[in-house]
Amino acid sequence: MIRLILNRLGQGVVTLFVLVTITFFLVRAMPGSPYTEEKAIPEHILERMKAYTGLDQPLPVQYFRYLKNVVIHQDLGDLIKKDGVKVSEIISESFPVSLGLGVMSIGIALMVGIPAGVIAAVRKNTIIDFSSLAAAMVGICLPSFVIGPLLAVTAGLELRWFNVAGWSSPTDWVLPAVTLGLINAAYLARLARGGMLDVLSQDYIRTARAKGAPGFRIVIRHALRGGLIPAVAFIGPAFAGMISGSFVIETIFQVPGMGQHFVNAATDREFFLIQGLVLFYGFLIVGANLLADLAQIALNPRLRKA
Amino acid sequence: MLCSCQKESQVDKATREGILLVGNANEPKGLDPHIVSGVIEANILRALFEGLIASDPASDTATPGGAALEVTPDATATVWTAKLRPDGKWSDGVQVTAQDFTFAYERMLTPELGAKYAEMLYFMKGAEDFNKGKTTDFSTVGVKALDDHTLQISLRGPTPYFREILKHYTWTAVPRHVVLKYGKIGQRGNAWTRPENIVGNGPYKLKSWRRTDHVEVERNPHYWDAKNVTLNGVRFLPISNTYTEGRMFRNGQLHTTYTATPEVVDLMKKEHPEELRQEPYVGTAFFRFNTQRKPLDDIRVRQALSYATDRQAICDNVFRGYKPAYALTPPMGAYDPPHIAAYDKAKARKLLADAGYPGGKGFPRLKILIASRETAATLAQATQAMWRDILGIEVEIENKEWNAYLVATQEGDYDISYGGWIGDYLDPLTFVEMWTPGNGNNNTGWANDDFVKLLQESYQDSDSGHRFALLHKAESLLIEEAPILVIAWQARNYLLHPSVEGWNPLLLSNNPYQYLRLVPGR
Repeated sequence: MIRLILNRLGQGVVTLFVLVTITFFLVRAMPGSPYTEEKAIPEHILERMKAYTGLDQPLPVQYFRYLKNVVIHQDLGDLIKKDGVKVSEIISESFPVSLGLGVMSIGIALMVGIPAGVIAAVRKNTIIDFSSLAAAMVGICLPSFVIGPLLAVTAGLELRWFNVAGWSSPTDWVLPAVTLGLINAAYLARLARGGMLDVLSQDYIRTARAKGAPGFRIVIRHALRGGLIPAVAFIGPAFAGMISGSFVIETIFQVPGMGQHFVNAATDREFFLIQGLVLFYGFLIVGANLLADLAQIALNPRLRKA
Repeated sequence: MLCSCQKESQVDKATREGILLVGNANEPKGLDPHIVSGVIEANILRALFEGLIASDPASDTATPGGAALEVTPDATATVWTAKLRPDGKWSDGVQVTAQDFTFAYERMLTPELGAKYAEMLYFMKGAEDFNKGKTTDFSTVGVKALDDHTLQISLRGPTPYFREILKHYTWTAVPRHVVLKYGKIGQRGNAWTRPENIVGNGPYKLKSWRRTDHVEVERNPHYWDAKNVTLNGVRFLPISNTYTEGRMFRNGQLHTTYTATPEVVDLMKKEHPEELRQEPYVGTAFFRFNTQRKPLDDIRVRQALSYATDRQAICDNVFRGYKPAYALTPPMGAYDPPHIAAYDKAKARKLLADAGYPGGKGFPRLKILIASRETAATLAQATQAMWRDILGIEVEIENKEWNAYLVATQEGDYDISYGGWIGDYLDPLTFVEMWTPGNGNNNTGWANDDFVKLLQESYQDSDSGHRFALLHKAESLLIEEAPILVIAWQARNYLLHPSVEGWNPLLLSNNPYQYLRLVPGR
């Protein structure tokens, strides 16, 4: 077990290093720079600005300087267009918002998706199964930029239950969390249904049924544990994705989370912010995958030997 | 019963509390008037800082005193003297002095600071040389504090419109005592504008700033006219999604929006026309021609394309509220721009035939470069159709991401590129001057000695009427030679809640917040 964790951690470090390197060179390969503006900046000013951020140096120098700052000083750098603001400041301000929203959404996704998938599997080929499959398909096919505004218009503008956007009232998390949650609930429902159907067709379930065990008990005690493995594997990365900010949802609902910074950083060519956010996101993915692996091992003892 | 149970909207609550809720498009890059350069930041700086000349709430051309009681020129409009208010204070209670202004101008021009907008101060004698490092002696720059309350500014030439320029935020003072507390004069990344440190001399001071959520300002008790400030505060919301902004307004979460999309304009015209504002703005939309490429190096081709463009149809169907442009500079104050650009199909066909492409035969397939923005695509498609119908030519549309589009335009890697220009101050020079050869914003490759000569003459002219005549001549030359095809004079489409009183249409949209009133129950 410890060996597995160490192995995964080692892989994670390599992944993060590759991620940082690729991101560093990719963002610099994009056309334009942080200094590309509609009104041209005079050349002599541009030189000063580049010298201030170190972008006047050759690329390898910039790269090793960045690595050194990240590894030795744990410094992700400063924003280029926002004078005196650190990347770590942006992450520490926006991450708690995205984390809160992510937790709410994953809660909604679990509460809706898992029961829907399990019930659909138990009631296979019935109207309940078809309805939940259809609902899940709609949830998967409809993109968040359709579901989000639809919810905002109906539950916000029409019914006046919530604000259509913003982050000033205690209930402002509801609409973005529901939007994010429903989309993930759809995936979870399908995965849970598939996993459960697989388990429910196993010999040991048939044996339990033959012995006269009640259906509810079979599902809860015997099938659920194995049937949810595919869903659990999905939850890890999905959760990492949610807490590192869904930029579409955050833009639609004006949530001050990490997603908005992702988008702005890309359009503004904020090199250090892009790199910092990607690294942070990579860190979350690696961590979430590790946790998902551990959860799967807990659910499936056979994996412990693998 | 139902009414009494209804939840109070955010606008109703804010109206009751005297807080204006403003949609401000995006997160500000900062609040240092020497570092930032955008409209989004300017909207907030207007609340926090006040220049020597203030913005008038109702008139574009009025130049009321702000931090200065008066700013007066000498006989040639070259040396200006500002008498500062004796009661002018920073928001920490420290006196605003003439030395704060000289310090601000020195800071802005200090090369190490790398202030993007330092060019705005080049009107001052010696400013350009100091900023470019040709001298390190700031005493060569034409600004002097004669005493604590008297500032003398010597300009590079007669500038009768100098009061207009002084309205721009680059000319405000910064608190010397605070800036130096957190760093040196030319140091970037100075912490003086961090929310916990910032000090200004405007009607409001910073209350809170939560990134991508809001910037809120509240009354500055030390403002010289604090007793007449009507609003208690302003909350700026950086809503980048224009559709979200429209929904928030309709849901009672904003008093005013930054913009209104064409769909929202149409909707509001039907449902709440009283909440829709469509006002002229000092901006012009145009196509640039790359005059270094064939066949656009031929003036007749450029003119043909210009005459084959139906600007009225474009304004009616693409740009809601914009006006067809017949020159580059929108009408402003006493300046009447030349009436040249027009829609004339016969003339267009003849010019193209004269250039060797009768009926469009043999005309190469050009590309219109646009950035990935909805209106630009619609405009390009409309123009494409017009040119096909009238001239018989085919043009392609090349859509690039915003930054890639800017690079292609600035490097001259285009045939025709869509662009626009927003004036910094109310004088035609802000539009005309950029087309001189070597100017970083003239990406057309066009150069004309007569044009440059006329501009240089205008720099030395202290007579406003004569100066306008010179600029009129220069602009006529520009439009006739057509390195750009002017399309429309911009307008601002936005939404305004009926509870806001005193928000007047202004060409630069520099509405001073301190005169606005919020009237509950509307």
